[in-house]
Amino acid sequence: MGLLARLLLRNLLRHRLRTLLTGLGIVIAVLAFGLLRSLVDAFHAGADAASATRLITRNAVSLTVGLPIAHRDRIRQIPGVTRVGMARWFGGVYVDGRRFFPQFAIDPANYLSLYPEFELSAAHYAAFLRDRNCAIVGRQLAARFGWSLGDTIPLKGTFYPGEWRFRLCGVFRGATPVADEGQMFLHFSLLNERLRQENHPRKDQVGVYVVGIEDASRVASIAMLIDSQFRNSRAETLTETERAFHLSFLEMASIIMLVIEGVSWVVLLVVLIVMANALAMTVRERRSEYATLKALGFGPRHLVALIAGESLLLATTAGALGCVLLLPVAARVGLAVQDFLPVLTVHPQTLLQGMLAAVGVGCIAVVWPIWYVLRVPVTAALRRSD
Amino acid sequence: MSGAAEPETPVLAVNAGKSAAPMVRLAAVSKSYWRGGEQLTVLNNLSLEVAAGDFIALMGPSGSGKSTLLNLVAGIDRADTGQVEVAGVDLATLDEGALADWRAANVGFIFQFYNLLPVLSALENVELPLLLTRLHADARRMRARQVLGLVGLADRLDHRPGELSGGQQQRVAIARAVVADPRLIVADEPTGDLDRAAGAEVLALLGRLNEGLGTTILMVTHDQHAARAARRVLTLDKGVLVDSAGG
Amino acid sequence: MLPVRALPAVHSLRNLRARWVTSLLTTGGMALVVFVFAAIRMIGAGIEATLVATGEADNLFIISDGAETEVQSTLARDQASIILARPDVARDEAGRLLASRELVVLIALPQRDGARPANVTLRGMEAPGRTLRPRVRLLAGRWFNPGAAEVVTGRSIAARFDGAGLGESLRFAGREWRVTGVVDGGGTAFDSEVWGDLDAFMQAWRREAYSLTLMRLATSGAEASFRRALATDPRLRIDVQSEAEFYARQSRAVRLFFDVLGWVLSLVFSLAAIIGAMLTMYASVAARTAEVGTLRAIGFRRAAIFLSFLVESLVLGSIGGVVGVLAAALLGFVSVSTLNWQTFSEISFRLTLTPEIATSAILFALVMGLLGGALPALRAARLDILAALRAS
Repeated sequence: MGLLARLLLRNLLRHRLRTLLTGLGIVIAVLAFGLLRSLVDAFHAGADAASATRLITRNAVSLTVGLPIAHRDRIRQIPGVTRVGMARWFGGVYVDGRRFFPQFAIDPANYLSLYPEFELSAAHYAAFLRDRNCAIVGRQLAARFGWSLGDTIPLKGTFYPGEWRFRLCGVFRGATPVADEGQMFLHFSLLNERLRQENHPRKDQVGVYVVGIEDASRVASIAMLIDSQFRNSRAETLTETERAFHLSFLEMASIIMLVIEGVSWVVLLVVLIVMANALAMTVRERRSEYATLKALGFGPRHLVALIAGESLLLATTAGALGCVLLLPVAARVGLAVQDFLPVLTVHPQTLLQGMLAAVGVGCIAVVWPIWYVLRVPVTAALRRSD
Repeated sequence: MSGAAEPETPVLAVNAGKSAAPMVRLAAVSKSYWRGGEQLTVLNNLSLEVAAGDFIALMGPSGSGKSTLLNLVAGIDRADTGQVEVAGVDLATLDEGALADWRAANVGFIFQFYNLLPVLSALENVELPLLLTRLHADARRMRARQVLGLVGLADRLDHRPGELSGGQQQRVAIARAVVADPRLIVADEPTGDLDRAAGAEVLALLGRLNEGLGTTILMVTHDQHAARAARRVLTLDKGVLVDSAGG
Repeated sequence: MLPVRALPAVHSLRNLRARWVTSLLTTGGMALVVFVFAAIRMIGAGIEATLVATGEADNLFIISDGAETEVQSTLARDQASIILARPDVARDEAGRLLASRELVVLIALPQRDGARPANVTLRGMEAPGRTLRPRVRLLAGRWFNPGAAEVVTGRSIAARFDGAGLGESLRFAGREWRVTGVVDGGGTAFDSEVWGDLDAFMQAWRREAYSLTLMRLATSGAEASFRRALATDPRLRIDVQSEAEFYARQSRAVRLFFDVLGWVLSLVFSLAAIIGAMLTMYASVAARTAEVGTLRAIGFRRAAIFLSFLVESLVLGSIGGVVGVLAAALLGFVSVSTLNWQTFSEISFRLTLTPEIATSAILFALVMGLLGGALPALRAARLDILAALRAS
């Protein structure tokens, strides 16, 4: 190692505590930054998992207004449509009302064949089909509540008054890492029958239709075809790809995204201030040393290399440490928030961003110290240092 | 001009050939500072010549301008008017970067408080100026070790400045000053922070350098003992030379 | 000379001023953290303030059993009739029932700025519905006529949605609706609603059931017995609560979310700010070691030295806190619209700096100052007199 490199390294290790604390600050900032970015990604996971070739047909008025059950046959007859599944938001509350998980009433055969990413063993599938009081849940959801096959799941209805009891007949697993294993499916026919018995105003209503199509390149035209079928009818439809459908949800929660994106920059700003301050204190303390180097004939190039090198070495080391720690920390946080965000993963580009952020902080924090050192008069070497 | 009246100094054989021109020539140099809204004249129309191989002690009360004179000659400060010529180079013609290169090649510094880098060992401190030469790493280390041997610190190579006494630190600083073979050494109160014995040792070392290697030395001091080590003593008062006497 | 115990606080302040760049940067970092802390919690508080203000305490709010939002609820005509036939429902001077059966529908409407359509709450009501909500005033135009295809819009809706302004018209449920008036909800959720006539809405949507019934009792304090009577009626499957209670509940999850988010983020971020304060204070101790030696030599105790540095750090923290809170207070002028994901509808609100948030933000900053200053102050207090004096 060259003498200048040794000088740089020893300077860095001179104030162990200061270097340690500054590095810790960067580690924390990179961790927080990476976690927040991963949270935003997790919010988007639903849209990422969503197929661009499945269509969702809903009531044009709003999602809270259903569609008549009669629409199903008319959609199925549209050329290019292979299969039509039904889903309806059940919105039950489990036990104490404090723990939330999504439940959908579906027509199992059609719906599940449209979602091959939910893998269900043949035995579980058969059991689910056989008994309308059955429900199936994702692996993650079953683990969260410690359910096993045969357990009864009691739900209190919100849209549909009364107590509902379902028997757990199957557990599905996601074939892809983004497939949501946190939901529950029950029989649409059971729900609708009970609504009919009560003559409930919401009987014979479907939340959304999931439409499978033959030729993925015709998504747009088929979507338009479906909507034109019901134009000027009592229940006009709005059909879009599943991905677009999910994105419209995200847009509604845009303030959270805005807040999280915003604060992920703030934490970098905080640590930038901390590091700039630490470096400024450091170069001020070493004022006469830099003046001595100048007196010995060292030019701006050397001085900049010494100071910027010290800052960047610290920033990249701490940044890398932050990135390495991000993976286990994100895994822990993922467990804690899995009720709301089933899929919290750290993308490679998040790690890259974290690294770039750390290097950026190291670069910007060193601007003032460099300016200061280049301005130190050589005569400062002759005076007592302090 | 005082330079004209200077007595002939014994010149060593090694230096005899290149000492035709004076090492340092100041012609009508003035320098003033602004302090608290008042102009303070530090050097007033000063002229001076120092022959190659000379060893000069600059004395005078504080504020007399002796440090400023030293800084001008060392190329770390610039004159307002007049000419500063060192080793045949008019320093006013060099820009900031060229001046730094010139210093690296021609001037060795010795400071009152040694100004060693605390994180580097004695050997590394001495090696530092050689980074600006074309020497290879091995050659640099050998040369630094050799010079440290000359100042009597062959057994302190790997000590950090904090582990050395003041006198030892100043000897390391002297080694650093001479390692790149400068033609001129400027020393600012080199014994100011040392006790009598350590100071004497440092002065003896400077004397040996001057005599043995023929290095020109310009030393600011307010200590009569130190001044006696020089060949010549120049005294400054209120920015002008008041007398000059052989050492 | 008087026996001196503690160093005057001025001493600490002067030290801060002497190193003002460092002091400024340190407080800047803390101020940013405090700002984040306050701003995030202000979102939750703003939504809560809007919804809590929306409900009148005297009004009874009746929805179907188990429903958590108006949109989830379905109240059949016969059920509403049973409730309103009870003798204890209040009447106005003209002898009309002081009750409004209402239909609430969420529809997606296009926004003026071309952004994606957003969900808007539509409320069909009977005339007493306006009397029961005295805080809603007509800003311009007139109220809708019974049975007509007319609506009034809340001022936030009027400004943001296409065709929602006075004299314009909205298209939904297969027909055009003239906007005959714009109302000021007085900072309540009604600023973000569209109101029309109940019968016109029921017909347009072909609905057979209401969403809710809002009413007042003839005698105040009779609420408990009224509730009990309804609860024991086997024909009814309903939920009776005060309107204020209902709206407060609508904001609970959102408020909790932003409170938790604010705390968690701020705690993590504050680590960085505390580190900043520690670095600054350690440097301050190092630079003033000789001074500490002198002070100790002339008789100040270790505690005085400790306190002096701690005060310095606390001053840093409190300045950071005040600056952060002031910056957050400026956000109070910002009006935001977002989805209340509990009800699924848009709500406009103003970020609200409550005294509780301001106090906790400043306390937060002080704790940061305390934590950042404690260790350095301890180091200063433990300096050896002789060593410190030699450090000059």
